[in-house]
Amino acid sequence: MEFTEPKAYTRSLIPFLDRSHSVAKPGFSRWLVPPAALCVHLCIGQAYAFSVFNLPMTRLIGVSQSAPGDWKLTELGWIFSIAMLFLGVSAAIFGRWVEEGGPRKAMFTAGILWAGGFMVSAIGIHLHQLWIIYFGYGVLGGCALGIGYISPVSTLMKWFPDRPGMATGMAIMGFGGGALIASPLSVWLMGKFASSTDVGVFNTFIVLGCAYFVFMMVGSMIVRVPAPGWKPEGYVPPATATKLITKNDVYVYDAIKTPQFWLIWTVLFLNTTAGIGVLGQASAMSQEMFPGHITPVAAAGLVGLMSLFNMGGRFSWASLSDFIGRKNTYFVYMCLGFALYITVPYAGGSGNVVLFVFCFLIIVSMYGGGFSTVPAYLKDMFGTRYVGAIHGILLTAWSAAGVAGPVLVNYIREYNVTHGVPKAQAYNTTMYIMAGLLVIGFIANFCVKAVDKRFHMKTDEDKDLGAARAPAGAAQAVPGRA
Amino acid sequence: MTNTEVTKTEPLKLILAWGFVGIPLLGGVAQTLTNAMKLFY
Repeated sequence: MEFTEPKAYTRSLIPFLDRSHSVAKPGFSRWLVPPAALCVHLCIGQAYAFSVFNLPMTRLIGVSQSAPGDWKLTELGWIFSIAMLFLGVSAAIFGRWVEEGGPRKAMFTAGILWAGGFMVSAIGIHLHQLWIIYFGYGVLGGCALGIGYISPVSTLMKWFPDRPGMATGMAIMGFGGGALIASPLSVWLMGKFASSTDVGVFNTFIVLGCAYFVFMMVGSMIVRVPAPGWKPEGYVPPATATKLITKNDVYVYDAIKTPQFWLIWTVLFLNTTAGIGVLGQASAMSQEMFPGHITPVAAAGLVGLMSLFNMGGRFSWASLSDFIGRKNTYFVYMCLGFALYITVPYAGGSGNVVLFVFCFLIIVSMYGGGFSTVPAYLKDMFGTRYVGAIHGILLTAWSAAGVAGPVLVNYIREYNVTHGVPKAQAYNTTMYIMAGLLVIGFIANFCVKAVDKRFHMKTDEDKDLGAARAPAGAAQAVPGRA
Repeated sequence: MTNTEVTKTEPLKLILAWGFVGIPLLGGVAQTLTNAMKLFY
């Protein structure tokens, strides 16, 4: 099979990383691509487990307890917040570069930044300079999160045109699973390195940085893009586009001009806001709603179970979307979510712990499912050519929800408690508001129709025009896709 | 560039790749499940 790559995208310092060097040869199994994607997502998923370092990092000087000069929890909280901010920013800014440079270059870059972020942070710990950690984990690590998160998405959908939801679900499941590995591993490493004069965080960061570097490099070496025109054996693409699955591509900066993009943004934002609000407060909420029934230890167990459902939901809901359609899957999230949120206060009022746990587990599985289904939704709407870049911009909905969700839950609870509402019922209003958000999400999802033809890159001329709007050298950046 | 030869991916390569990511993930899941059981005690 023959293809050419424009000169502008062959001038890499390491030619091995170029898209042209990662095109799969005939006979390559597409089932090697999901593990490559998982190598990256399992590593960057560590971000959800960063809180295990918070308490030890408040004792870097005092070791056994905080001493004058030790960092405060509020100061340390900014590390994660900066990383999340840079996740959204870098995914939006570098999305097009990721799409055009290919997954190997993006995964390699993410690996360097992620491991580099740990190493720089280790220096910050050694010198006890918090700003170095803000820069290391927050800025470098945050950029690695953004680039790494979107790097395998469009590649997986090109390898699995028959099951795009399942394919992206596998990768994004890894992001949820990363914390399950990182959390016990970090605690174990800190225990091994701890001494009477050291809490062990410095050495743990060094070891984790090295391990993540190896994992992510392996991923970038394994990953391949399909040759132009490749399709799975026996797969016959539908001859005509269905109502909500386009056969056309939409240029990234045209996509954000469409109402469909902002409707899907709203759907993701609302689904995530509702889910984050519950995820972040599950421990406290369960104990306050069931005083004496759910102990702190049991609440920790609930949080663990929720993280499993968060991970499992990413794979199972996205896989289901291949059969029932993306729009219908989001209808399920919104309708079922609405029913579950309004059931939570009933479960609390009647003291039904099992019903309460059931509601939370399904809600959190749909929170994860929202993330993993959205890349395929975007592919259905805007085609595969710029889906990674469009997905990158859409992730700003995640950043926005990360602020809105916890604020909504905390503020309303606080307001209720100060106005005399018993703690066990303080979350009821929040649950009804979350259910209300999902009604708005339902309406937004309902309004999603096929993208207007004027946004399609129909002909070669249109495609060239689309690329010409981009900075010089971007034209025909995706080899073989005229 | 012209690619003409057909080289089938060896099953061992697939097993190694999936094991490389699957074993740590299963370990993490098992550990989390163990902790989650405290909910039912």
